[in-house]
Amino acid sequence: MQVLMFGWEFPPHISGGLGTACQGITTGLAANDVNVLFVVPKAYGNEPAEKIKLVSASDIAIPAPGRQTQKVQEALTFFEVNCPVVPYLSPEAFAAHSEPEHGIATTVEGTDIPVMRYAFRGGYGKDLMKEVWQYALTASTIAEQHNFDIIHAHDWLSFPAGIMAREASGKPLVVHVHATEFDRSGDNINMQVYETERQGMLKADQVIAVSELTRQTIIHRYHIPAAKVTTIHNAVAPAAKAAAPAGERMFPEKTVSFIGRVTYQKGPAFFIETAAKILRQDKGFRFIMAGSGDLLHAMIAHAARLRISSHFHFTGFLKGAALDRVLSESDVYVMPSVSEPFGISPLEAVRAGVPVIVSRQSGVQEVLQYALKVDGWDTDAMANAIYALARYKGLSSMLRRESAREVAALRWETQGALIRTLYNDVIASFIS
Amino acid sequence: MKHVCLYFQVHQPFRLRNFSFMEIGKGHAYFDEDINYDILQKVARNCYLPANQLLLQLIKAHHGRFRVSFSISGTALDQFEQYLPEVTDSFRALADTGCVEFLAETYGHSLAALKSREEFSRQVKAHADKITGLFGKRPVAFRNTELIYNDAIGEMAARLGFTTILTEGASQVLHWKSPHNVYASAASPDLRLLLKDFRLSDDIAFRFSDRNWPEWPLTAARFAHWLNAKPPGDEIVNLFMDYETFGEHHAQGTGIFAFLADLPGQLDAHGNRFVTPSEAVELLPPVATLSMPQPVSWADEARDLSAWLGNDLQQDAFDSLYALEKKVRACNHAQLQQEWLYLQSSDHFYYMSTKALADGSVHSYFSPYNNPFDAFVNYMNVLTDFSLRLDRWLERKKTVNDERHTLQAGLHL
Repeated sequence: MQVLMFGWEFPPHISGGLGTACQGITTGLAANDVNVLFVVPKAYGNEPAEKIKLVSASDIAIPAPGRQTQKVQEALTFFEVNCPVVPYLSPEAFAAHSEPEHGIATTVEGTDIPVMRYAFRGGYGKDLMKEVWQYALTASTIAEQHNFDIIHAHDWLSFPAGIMAREASGKPLVVHVHATEFDRSGDNINMQVYETERQGMLKADQVIAVSELTRQTIIHRYHIPAAKVTTIHNAVAPAAKAAAPAGERMFPEKTVSFIGRVTYQKGPAFFIETAAKILRQDKGFRFIMAGSGDLLHAMIAHAARLRISSHFHFTGFLKGAALDRVLSESDVYVMPSVSEPFGISPLEAVRAGVPVIVSRQSGVQEVLQYALKVDGWDTDAMANAIYALARYKGLSSMLRRESAREVAALRWETQGALIRTLYNDVIASFIS
Repeated sequence: MKHVCLYFQVHQPFRLRNFSFMEIGKGHAYFDEDINYDILQKVARNCYLPANQLLLQLIKAHHGRFRVSFSISGTALDQFEQYLPEVTDSFRALADTGCVEFLAETYGHSLAALKSREEFSRQVKAHADKITGLFGKRPVAFRNTELIYNDAIGEMAARLGFTTILTEGASQVLHWKSPHNVYASAASPDLRLLLKDFRLSDDIAFRFSDRNWPEWPLTAARFAHWLNAKPPGDEIVNLFMDYETFGEHHAQGTGIFAFLADLPGQLDAHGNRFVTPSEAVELLPPVATLSMPQPVSWADEARDLSAWLGNDLQQDAFDSLYALEKKVRACNHAQLQQEWLYLQSSDHFYYMSTKALADGSVHSYFSPYNNPFDAFVNYMNVLTDFSLRLDRWLERKKTVNDERHTLQAGLHL
């Protein structure tokens, strides 16, 4: 089976869990004899090749305006009418928008047929909407150039690309929801993003949600029929190497870590307030916040205001060895998210031998029985749970051992098999 | 003709408040007065008071032929005293009929037998004293918490002067032996063992109101028929169950009281004879000796200790609790000693069982906590606070003693 897959990022160039999950999914599918052609706006060339064929949309020459095939023309018209990422444009403005000055004009080698390329920047910059839309335009060409059985698009940024590929190819589309606008922004949602998500889910032949929590959001807040939405949990890749030998610990105190983007969704303020509650009672603790995000400066100020900065450490965004180091320093890992569709990082902590406390408002708690669970905003309960894990050995040793077993049983190969079964069902009902 | 021995267990633990670690060292109370009061009121109204009333009528109606026995934990007796003394009165009315035997157990419904001979003996004596004071007769039969028994526990009970001990009679415990005879303990030949008929007992205690059970609805007549159909060599049928079976685990609407009301007449009509445990061992000689090196209990399918001490949480909490024993003995402080006693109730450890994570069974029905981890954390917070208070008290005592010695030394100068 061949899948044309659209994502927005791929390891090692990631800013969050989406790229990691996409890599896991493609690995899991490869293990189930599914060939994946993974498209990202911009590839860097140092992504792991292995069985995954990575395509950079920046490299794709697309026909200049007026030169598109009938199919692609139709798809463009459809897209213009239906896709909320395209601001309303008159037909002239729309044509101008896809003019070569927005891309890099060139010709097909050895001919004078005009083609162009969009120079994607990737990431999540200020021209995000424009990139999403150019990505979609490129997707229709990619769809024409390859053979595949099904299309799979990850999160709203690539939903328009998925829709365009479906229009251009006539192949079924699966959209995969890793996070919704409600997770990212609470109730102050960006309607343009919401509409893009909803269009993707409506146009898709089947929707995959990363947790039951997310599935419920899709059903109740996007009004997608329940039968069309399937939960397939994320997994976590086995540790690449044996955990580094526990060297000299930085701190003699019990160390509690938060690893994640410092944004509203992740509940960093609750972590800081919890730390203050614990330190008021017991100075034998240190707290680490590893991550970056729009609330980072506000959080540093918040910790200072609470006079806990001497026991509270901000490391900024970490990955690789530095991240392993933080985990090896940790006695407890906390994920206080306000809204977390899945949340792979607690699984990585478990894999590193750290017992975890996870928010009840998370998808990952659906797959972990041996974790302490609190409401993300309940700082009293969180303080109590942290204290217990740090001080009561019976609890920490049991959670460490049993959660490691649970995580070892969560394999991308297994989830890949579930996705393959779903593909088969979608293809079967698409044909009939 | 069979002998029928009915024994009902009455127990309420002192449940803990939500005790955050932030309260450690602040001198806050441990036990949840409101919840303990509310539950006792509810269970008394659903079960203890109406069931006692019914038993009293039945005993009178059958002119002494209907006999039952109870074991009431010390914590339950303390709760009656504190929250609803009329429950004690209604048990006293039953005692006055002379047809009801009260058994001894550990005062705190504890697992002390598995950890400390000294603490076990102390609690059993305290409970026997309490029963004697309330009901006028010193217990001669013993049942350990949750029917937990092995040879070592039998030996301890025999040394305390008991003649009879009640325990579980499931097949994984007895193998080919029948629970329908009296046995002598291998460790203490003078001690008699009565073994629970787990099938007939659980037909009433667990299955009675289960509409998916093929035998539902169970009538006393059919139950008596099953009992009469036992082979002639079976001399005694021991029906052991929680008293809360009547009106609490099975609500009144299930017909459980009507069943109980009809049972004595149905069994009596076929010439069966009701006996209390100590009467049973006087009438029936032991058929063999029975050795149980490994502890058994009446809980879960496994009928071992796994419901209370099966995981790390439970073992860590249990060890931490009994690590304080010497200090508690030395502290000579009534309130601290009573709190330590109440913290020993087996229920606290039952709430920490992780078995329900797998099968979602009766553990969650009985637990006030959402999950075993919350139960453990709360218990350990309380125990940490208790341990601090204990140390502070001992420190103060020592200082006072030192000052006294200094003073005395000064006088001699």
